[in-house]
Amino acid sequence: MSTDTAQDTLDSTPAREEESRGSELTLDQVSKSFGDFHAVKPLDLTVPAGEFFALLGPSGCGKTTTLRMVAGLEKPTGGHIRIGGTEVTALPPFKRPVNTVFQSYALFPHMSVKENVAFGLRRRKVRNWKAQADEFLDLVELGHLADRKPAQLSGGQQQRVALARALVNQPEILLLDEPLGALDMKLRRQMQSELKRIQTEVGLTFIHVTHDQEEAMTMADTVAVMNAGRIEQMGAPEDLYDLPRTAFVANFLGRSNLMSGTVTGTGSGADGLLEVETSGHRLLLDASRAVSTTGDVLLGVRPEKIALRPAGTRAGGQPVVVGTSGVVNEVDGTVTDVSFTGVSTEYRVDVPGLGELGVFAQNRDGTRIRPGDPVELTWDPARAFGLDGAEDAAAGEGAA
Amino acid sequence: MSAGTETRALARVAQAQAASPQPGEGGSRRRRKTNAVTEPEGRRGKAGYGLVSPGLIYLLLFFILPVFTLLATSLYVKPPGADVGQFAPALEFGNYAVVLGGYWTELLRSFWFALLATVLCLVIGYPMAYLIAVRLRGHAFLQGLLLVLLIAPFFTSFVLRTQAWKQILADQGFVVQTLKTLNLMPDGASLTTTSVAVVAGLTYNFLPFMVLPIYANLQGLDSRLLEAGQDLYANGVTTFRTVTFPMSMPGVLAGTLLTFIPASGDFVNAAILGNNRNTTMIGQVIESKFMRVLDYPGAAALSFILMVAILILVTLYVRRFGTRDLV
Repeated sequence: MSTDTAQDTLDSTPAREEESRGSELTLDQVSKSFGDFHAVKPLDLTVPAGEFFALLGPSGCGKTTTLRMVAGLEKPTGGHIRIGGTEVTALPPFKRPVNTVFQSYALFPHMSVKENVAFGLRRRKVRNWKAQADEFLDLVELGHLADRKPAQLSGGQQQRVALARALVNQPEILLLDEPLGALDMKLRRQMQSELKRIQTEVGLTFIHVTHDQEEAMTMADTVAVMNAGRIEQMGAPEDLYDLPRTAFVANFLGRSNLMSGTVTGTGSGADGLLEVETSGHRLLLDASRAVSTTGDVLLGVRPEKIALRPAGTRAGGQPVVVGTSGVVNEVDGTVTDVSFTGVSTEYRVDVPGLGELGVFAQNRDGTRIRPGDPVELTWDPARAFGLDGAEDAAAGEGAA
Repeated sequence: MSAGTETRALARVAQAQAASPQPGEGGSRRRRKTNAVTEPEGRRGKAGYGLVSPGLIYLLLFFILPVFTLLATSLYVKPPGADVGQFAPALEFGNYAVVLGGYWTELLRSFWFALLATVLCLVIGYPMAYLIAVRLRGHAFLQGLLLVLLIAPFFTSFVLRTQAWKQILADQGFVVQTLKTLNLMPDGASLTTTSVAVVAGLTYNFLPFMVLPIYANLQGLDSRLLEAGQDLYANGVTTFRTVTFPMSMPGVLAGTLLTFIPASGDFVNAAILGNNRNTTMIGQVIESKFMRVLDYPGAAALSFILMVAILILVTLYVRRFGTRDLV
């Protein structure tokens, strides 16, 4: 009996080498309404085959509904879903080449770990289901717990069973619905790299739904930020972070200081710069990094892009920031709050006319700045970004 | 001694709490607080025994003792020349052989009828429970309405309801008329006083006992598991077969036991809906031996045989379909 199983395992190994690469997913004007509530507004989206794609957004933004429509668990109100070019909009879930890792894992409590993993294989009448189930249990390093019941496993182990149960079917697209939501921080980080490793190994298209921006940025090749039923912005994590196009993205993905102002002209002395008049300050902004180059704008800058030094030290010291185009933005303010986190310190600085700005500084030298100290803030216009001035500067703040 | 004191003390507390005015929540809260303060840690366990003891005493008086009396009675003998219903204590195990020899057909028939009724109850009751618990999830009003309809018959006496079935299955009733119109029943035949009528009555009377435990179980069914089944290539039927039904086994087990056990000992249905020839159930035999023939040892022996037989059957059944490997 046990030799049989070993033989099966050997036989099946080449099967996985065949490489079932993932498929491309296309959403064409897909929408979903529940009565008057538009959970997902007509959405166009293409996820290339083999990509790790993250749908990021606060709860209720429509990301899970979108995922469920791809899985077939929710019927779209309108639009078309295609997987690898095949129309699946009308197919029931059990006929779609996708599998889901559910947020709650949804493991079958009356079956052993191995029976859980083998479930999909047996439904499709895969002959060497035993060997394949074993193989994928090994992939998630749970081979030794195959005969346990899900209730006897820890949260992290259950999560991995859920992953193996979905992956073993080699779906064209793997859907992950907040799969790490129930894990503690440490396990979560560990599973993030694990998931990334497995995705690289199996080469499937992963669509990962999460509200954790750090999780999305760590794992995904492409992140789509969803808000109120539509995708606000989509791109590589670095690009999204570096150049957010809406206030929601600027605030939801990391943090931003957003200052409202009016474009008064092109900057003097350098090309491609906009001059933005905020109450009492003239700030510069790279024109190519602004959504609109006239009228009211929101000028944004990430806290870590701002350099801070005690007031009046400029004469003696070297400039803290050297702008790419030779110019810097400079404002004076007063520190209102200091939180020391070890590697870095977070300051809140009150700048007359601009309000409170957040500043991250690495604790490279021993400079101690206390609340009440006057400081000078500088940043490179080429690291700032400009948004539409009509937007709410607080959009997406604290949403998660 | 101390347990007795405890019981009395608790009884007093309970009385005092019951007596305290209803809106006076504060009163009982205060009392609980005082308890917690004055009661030493070690006495909590004793309080538990104290709370259980009324039940234990009740069971001892009205279950354990009667069982021994029954066992003793089953071994009595009729002294020569004694009056009807007069027996003397003895250890006559032959009583068992006699009743078993005389009534094994009734015994087997009882289990057969009970089994048929249980299977019918399951077939009819499972979809009902599924409808109320799963399909109507989120429709609280409809769920409540159907549950009330399910329980409503209990407001009428068991005997009356069984009597009503006599009317339903009567020769002039719509069931027989319809069956005859459809040529599914020969002209001269009737349903009353047949085993069909007895099984129908049993099924009807015990249906709620099947539906309620299954309903309670299915109510807790996590619909996300059904979605997981669908996601893993199982269509509706397969999901039911591999997920829903296996997971509802504790409810099915409880329902089948609650149906089978009382049905096999039932005598009302057979008495009202059956005949004297081929529908007699063991409950009827025991009842007539106790109440009419006054053959107490025989009735007691039959009762004991029935009890032991049910115990064996149920043990085998639970061993086979037991809930041990469910969660």
